[in-house]
Amino acid sequence: MIALVDYGAGNLASVRKALRACGADAVEPAEPANLERATAIVLPGVGHFAATASLDDEWRTAIRRRLHAGVPFLGICLGMQWLFEGSDEAPAAPGLGWLAGRVTRLPERTQDGERMKVPHAGWNVAHVTAVDAGATVPGLKDGEHFYFTHAYAAPVTGATAATTVYGVPFAAAVRSGNVCGVQFHPEKSGAAGLAVLRAFLGGLR
Amino acid sequence: MTAPAGATLARRLIACLDVRAGRVVKGVNFEGLRDAGDPAALAIRYDAEGIDELVLLDVTATEEDRLALAHTVAAVAARVFIPLAVGGGIRSVDDAARVIDAGADKVGINTAALGDPALISRIAGRFGSQAVVVAIDARRDGARFAVCSHAGRTPTARQAAEWAREAESRGAGEILLTSIDADGTLEGFDCPLTSAVSGAVGIPVIASGGAGCAAHFVEVFTRGRADAALAASIFHDGTCSVRAVKAELRACGLPVRL
Repeated sequence: MIALVDYGAGNLASVRKALRACGADAVEPAEPANLERATAIVLPGVGHFAATASLDDEWRTAIRRRLHAGVPFLGICLGMQWLFEGSDEAPAAPGLGWLAGRVTRLPERTQDGERMKVPHAGWNVAHVTAVDAGATVPGLKDGEHFYFTHAYAAPVTGATAATTVYGVPFAAAVRSGNVCGVQFHPEKSGAAGLAVLRAFLGGLR
Repeated sequence: MTAPAGATLARRLIACLDVRAGRVVKGVNFEGLRDAGDPAALAIRYDAEGIDELVLLDVTATEEDRLALAHTVAAVAARVFIPLAVGGGIRSVDDAARVIDAGADKVGINTAALGDPALISRIAGRFGSQAVVVAIDARRDGARFAVCSHAGRTPTARQAAEWAREAESRGAGEILLTSIDADGTLEGFDCPLTSAVSGAVGIPVIASGGAGCAAHFVEVFTRGRADAALAASIFHDGTCSVRAVKAELRACGLPVRL
């Protein structure tokens, strides 16, 4: 059972449609206990980090337990940011803290003083930085364009699998064992995005 | 990573499908609608050609047609996995919820936002700023650009750049800026208008109205400082393909998704 966690943060329907196009029917667990039967967890999300506050202690405990058990996890946009310690967008809402680092606002000016529009909205290039297969996000091809829409971004750390540059380099994708995350929207990134979802699902078989 | 900051963000090409009663239509200067095809079939074709985003604009007047729109949105969203914005007749958070539930990623609001600017904040509060596109129809008025409501028919007292700035401060994620003067003429985008609005806000501006050839897109991305450009008739008619426009942009050194 592929669990698609609904915490009221937007793009659930789009992610479900894209997963279906990749041949998988995801189920929305009504309560945290249902995650026990999940063979994979997808945490979508778009919008404000404060929405992640709906993932209360029960959900956090249940998700953390499944992650420890090695269940494949894919966080999308906010769902990826939530893996970090927290975000400056909503300091009162802690992240899961599975990955070290904090999500911060993208700069509105480059070092050269050039104005950058924020949010970073549109198609940008992901540069794969992971050096081996165990550190990469499956299906993510170096140099491909993906669709982003976000004003806050995760730092480049040891867990970074791919970076994108917008004012500064940030984590476009992360990987830590069974836990993957992408800042872009694979469900809205055409063939390149569906390839990431398909590879995630393929790894489950 | 030798590319300068921000240099790789692609300039977006957006195809607009004006939809009425489940069909795509297109007029000139907002008048004289004619049939231009099936929305889902066109969406699939544009996706295959490399369009970066789609806008479905509901140009209907009747409630019956409005219900048909949700089916159109769902039909497109089930087949095409790129961003999809839907506008036309959205007057409330519930209207926005209806099209978002049907599969839209963003909603465009225009006349309703002019009448009730707080609507921008209410939709952004519920779905996030990335889901709110404030559409502005502007007409030249001497050296100024007057905002018009009701599909361009009714002039308002607002100026385009100033209204765009207010929309941004209320939570808009993008501005879709249409030049009423240029729309449907195929004579090029209104670059001074686009540049004035793009320079006034920190959110992306989508230029619309007037595209007639690939060179017009180059102009609006350079002189007009647009972040994205939208067209309808030249893509529908096959006058100019999405691929040809992107090839021209790339040849001029502008980043595109190919």
